[in-house]
Amino acid sequence: MTDWAIAATPPRWRRWLLAETPQSRLQARLSRAYLSWVAFARNPLGMLGLVIVTVLVFLALFAPWVAPHNPLAGDLGYRLLPPGGEHWLGTDQQGRDIWSRIIYGSRTTLLIIFMVAITAAPVGIIIGASAGYVGGKTEAILMRLTDAFLAFPKLVLALAFAAALGPGVENAVLAIALTSWPPYARIARAETLMVRSTDYVAAARLTGASDLRILFGHIMPMCMPSLIVRVSLDMAGIILIAAGLGFLGLGVAPPQPEWGAMVSEGRQQILEQWWVCTYPGVAIFIVSLGFNLIGDGLRDVLDPREG
Amino acid sequence: MKSFLRLLASVATTLLGLLLVTFVISRFLPADPVLAVVGDHASESTIAAARIRLGLDQPIIVQFWLYLKNVLQGDLGESIRTGLPISQELMRVFPATLELATVGTIIGVILGIPLGVWAAVRKDTYIDHLVRFFGLIGYSVPIFWLGLMGLLVFYVKLDWLPGPGRLDFGYEEMVTPVTGLMTVDTLIAGDMDLFKNALGHLILPSSLLGYFSLAYISRMTRSLMLGQLRQEYILTARVKGVPERRVIWKHAMGNILVPLLTVIALSYGNLLEGSVLTETVFAWRGLGLYITDSIFGQDMPAVLGGTIVVGAIFIIINLLTDVAYRVLDPRAR
Repeated sequence: MTDWAIAATPPRWRRWLLAETPQSRLQARLSRAYLSWVAFARNPLGMLGLVIVTVLVFLALFAPWVAPHNPLAGDLGYRLLPPGGEHWLGTDQQGRDIWSRIIYGSRTTLLIIFMVAITAAPVGIIIGASAGYVGGKTEAILMRLTDAFLAFPKLVLALAFAAALGPGVENAVLAIALTSWPPYARIARAETLMVRSTDYVAAARLTGASDLRILFGHIMPMCMPSLIVRVSLDMAGIILIAAGLGFLGLGVAPPQPEWGAMVSEGRQQILEQWWVCTYPGVAIFIVSLGFNLIGDGLRDVLDPREG
Repeated sequence: MKSFLRLLASVATTLLGLLLVTFVISRFLPADPVLAVVGDHASESTIAAARIRLGLDQPIIVQFWLYLKNVLQGDLGESIRTGLPISQELMRVFPATLELATVGTIIGVILGIPLGVWAAVRKDTYIDHLVRFFGLIGYSVPIFWLGLMGLLVFYVKLDWLPGPGRLDFGYEEMVTPVTGLMTVDTLIAGDMDLFKNALGHLILPSSLLGYFSLAYISRMTRSLMLGQLRQEYILTARVKGVPERRVIWKHAMGNILVPLLTVIALSYGNLLEGSVLTETVFAWRGLGLYITDSIFGQDMPAVLGGTIVVGAIFIIINLLTDVAYRVLDPRAR
């Protein structure tokens, strides 16, 4: 018995969630999610990560209300002011409030993570699951292609793509997505190989389900859990690559705030006005640390042996 | 022997795939390869002539074949900015990256392995948490920013270390390149002042890369070590009264040495990637700075040339690790 069960009389909703014999699929699922949550919530660092990411989402959603100044229009009379007073974190070379730009920059960061996740994961799962399901030559070719992409260091390949595509947030997303899908394809293939020969797939085939239907309806859903975990573990890395592209001028077009680009803009003033390039970097660091802490917490829950 | 052949075949196909990717980037993405060579204001006949010279009038399969042939003969084309052969330029800048990544890996190994072992032995104590958190910071911090902060603190504010570059300004011409490794070349020249200068410039960027390598190596060491410490042979050794130091460094370490080798090799490959941004921040004339400079100079052939070399090094590192694994671990034979 674990300690959560010792509690004298748990409230109804908890008893329902902890039922030994769930009555419906929903109850079973929620019950599992609840147990994982309880395990995750015991990890203080994981919870810290969750707080960081929640704050990030909050700032991004309510940026116009939270940000004290306009992130795009600066007042040249207030250039390069040190932190303090009305400008918490100082102003940059165009007199724009750095704190406000960091708040609006969180939108760019979240947008890139979200877009990369919803582009790279489906590509990976389709390639991996098809390879695993079809087998033979198709599998060999698809997995060789995956290996070829994995042979590049991620950032270098993303740089090459972004350089060829030109700057811009869509191109940055595309470049990062093009380098992010191979691990997902590998995971999807491994899961598919396990599921392919199970009885329920055989049953589906006997009832006349087409290959496409089996693939999309019966196999891909089974790949989702491990894929979602892997994507969430990758988020910190995506942030760092996006910031790196931004730092090299391959991210968002100039007036829009992007953290990596802000660090790069502050480079010229680093000797006298250190805050211009320091604070955006702190933002990148904190957010990426937040995602990494969540990832570590998740790993502990899912694979307690490693912990 | 047969498995070695299979390994070589798989490396060859991966290399083929890698070149296919760079070929696709060079031919299909928006930046037009012809305009890139002749410029925006070329006449139609110049463009047509360039198309034929570049083989772009051929069917796509033939183009890929020509591309493969060129690359495998070491011809990566000419740089748009300088007009020099790209392979020659890459050979010139590569030793700088090699020097940086090697010293970085050495730092990562020397500090990362003991830290990982320490964390594993003191699992769930504050030491374990501290080591894990220290590693997690390494995973989370943007390397270019940490580099700038390092320069700000140790060069600008404290003045303990020299600034960007591989040597102080104006010194670079005084060294005749022999190996291309600045610390070695200055030693060969027998100039101790220059050697100290080169070493000083190396400290900050290599420590930075060393930290990233340490973060990865200590984490993997910890996890591998924990896997061993759970085993029964460790319990047996302890029961027999083998000193704890020997149990850990001899018995357990002996068993994780081979997988640890893979970890170190992977981290070496990762440093090649980390060096792109580090070299940009430290004006370190290596492979990474060459790639980013080429991006700024709209020099796509040079960008792709650098990309191919980095990818190829990655593949070679993996191949060597695989071979070493087979040689060192009897179970893999």
